[in-house]
Amino acid sequence: MGVEQKLGNMGVVTHRLEDLVNWGRTNAMWPMLFGLACCAIEMMDMQAATHDGSRFGMELMRPSPRQADLMIVAGRVSRKMAPVLRRLYDQMPDPKWVIAMGDCASCGGIFNNYAIVQGVDEIVPVDVYVAGCPPRPEALIDGIMTLHEKIRGEKLTDWA
Amino acid sequence: MTLTTQSDTIQELTVEEIRAKLGTKMPIEDPEEHMLLSMGPQHPSTHGVLRLLLELDGERIVNLANDIGFLHTGIEKTMESKTYTKALVMTDRMDYLAPMSNNYGYILAVEKLLDVEVTPRAETIRLILVELARISSHLVWLATHALDIAAMSVFLYCFREREYILDLFEMVAGQRMMVSYFRPGGLWRDVPEEFEPAVRKFLDFMPSRIADYEALLKNNPIWLARTKGVGTISADDAIAWGLSGASLRGSGVDWDIRKTMPYGGYEKYEFDVPVGTDGDVYARYRCRMQEMSESLRIIRQALDKLPKGAVNIDDRKIVPPPRAELGRSMEAVIHHFKLWTEGFSAPAGYVYQAIESPRGEFGCYLRGNGGPKPARVHFRTPSYVNLACLPMLSKGVFVADLVAIIGSIDIVLGEIDR
Repeated sequence: MGVEQKLGNMGVVTHRLEDLVNWGRTNAMWPMLFGLACCAIEMMDMQAATHDGSRFGMELMRPSPRQADLMIVAGRVSRKMAPVLRRLYDQMPDPKWVIAMGDCASCGGIFNNYAIVQGVDEIVPVDVYVAGCPPRPEALIDGIMTLHEKIRGEKLTDWA
Repeated sequence: MTLTTQSDTIQELTVEEIRAKLGTKMPIEDPEEHMLLSMGPQHPSTHGVLRLLLELDGERIVNLANDIGFLHTGIEKTMESKTYTKALVMTDRMDYLAPMSNNYGYILAVEKLLDVEVTPRAETIRLILVELARISSHLVWLATHALDIAAMSVFLYCFREREYILDLFEMVAGQRMMVSYFRPGGLWRDVPEEFEPAVRKFLDFMPSRIADYEALLKNNPIWLARTKGVGTISADDAIAWGLSGASLRGSGVDWDIRKTMPYGGYEKYEFDVPVGTDGDVYARYRCRMQEMSESLRIIRQALDKLPKGAVNIDDRKIVPPPRAELGRSMEAVIHHFKLWTEGFSAPAGYVYQAIESPRGEFGCYLRGNGGPKPARVHFRTPSYVNLACLPMLSKGVFVADLVAIIGSIDIVLGEIDR
């Protein structure tokens, strides 16, 4: 029951380009290897044997922002780190997405004080928030699935 | 010339400023040929958001300066605005590879200030969990250290075992990482029935898993070439720089707080302190690997003589009453209300309590002013002190070796910047 049976003898598939492109984007995402604090350990766990992020095409973590299209802000962002984070975001090529992983990145979490940025959305636009302190790897995977869902509905003109 | 990797909003340094920061301990023969490089804060091998300023002659490091503070969280200051019990959650988030150890250091300090002694059962459960935390921390260290030296498969194996330990933590505390399970005067609650068989199962399979890691690395020619004779520090230097933990023991200094200044009943257990001789990356690796086996030994002994009984002391002024009592005792309701709104008052005075965390001497300095909140909390974190020797260790080595050295001193940035 493969696609070849649908093709008949024509050898042609007709499909909307938008869906094809979005399908490609969701299944070959390159997240940036960007660990800040505690959540980064759970992010590593998401990549490791038990949870295996490569099931969702997410195994290729790139330390360089120029090769990444997804920024997972894993951990608390201090005032000193904030300009660095913004710069890394600016260096990522379009199209790009941001997941705020954990309470600190989403809203400051338990650290309502002078040192921590109260939510990374003050600096960069965030697509998906993942709650938890730190979120379980399953929660992060759920966040990634939510992002995939969002990307599948995107218009090509959004990034043009 | 400026450091071009940094934007205007980040610190922009000129060559002269960096030279001043780096110091001029090494004679610079041809300064114009040297390259200044900023490594981090976004770098896969700095184990967090550490920034290193490097002065390079070709690929050799001439000078190095640490730039820390990218994860400064204000933990110590924030703890002053919380009651003794509520400040506990802050300690989890310092050394996030071994939150149990942080909890333990802080709770022991609080109990020292209050001058209370916990029940034997609570003490033994604490000890089991802290040793499990040590193993899980060493597993992450081994995974990332090996990954830095390009041994990918070790990472996958280590995280598999770590997952089992996190499941044990979740079983007792309801959280995988940020447990906050130890409370002043005991524990949040007793461990469930399934805990003991689950730990026994872990004790059964773990030795063979450690043997697996050893088989992958111990005599691996690539591993040996990358770690032997790299980042050597002598015993005298290690003491002079104030190192602790496996970074100190790798140089041949037999110093483990669990043996030298026992706390929490460690004196009742039989275990050895692995000590290296060479003081290089390989020696530190050997020490930590053997420490994992020793921790298993301690856990086995502790499980065998796990006493029955209560896990909390019988002092309603410190430990909240059990939930069941709230329905029938007015006294219990009052205690519950007082403890969760105001907290208990600790006497004025100060204490220092050191424990052997997976990374070395973790000390908690606590000053009370007679009220329900600490007047000052300060942590002597091992990573912070151990990192200070990095400029000395990395003089004259290749950049690739620097990565191995950073891995071997086992730093956690959350603990350094706190």
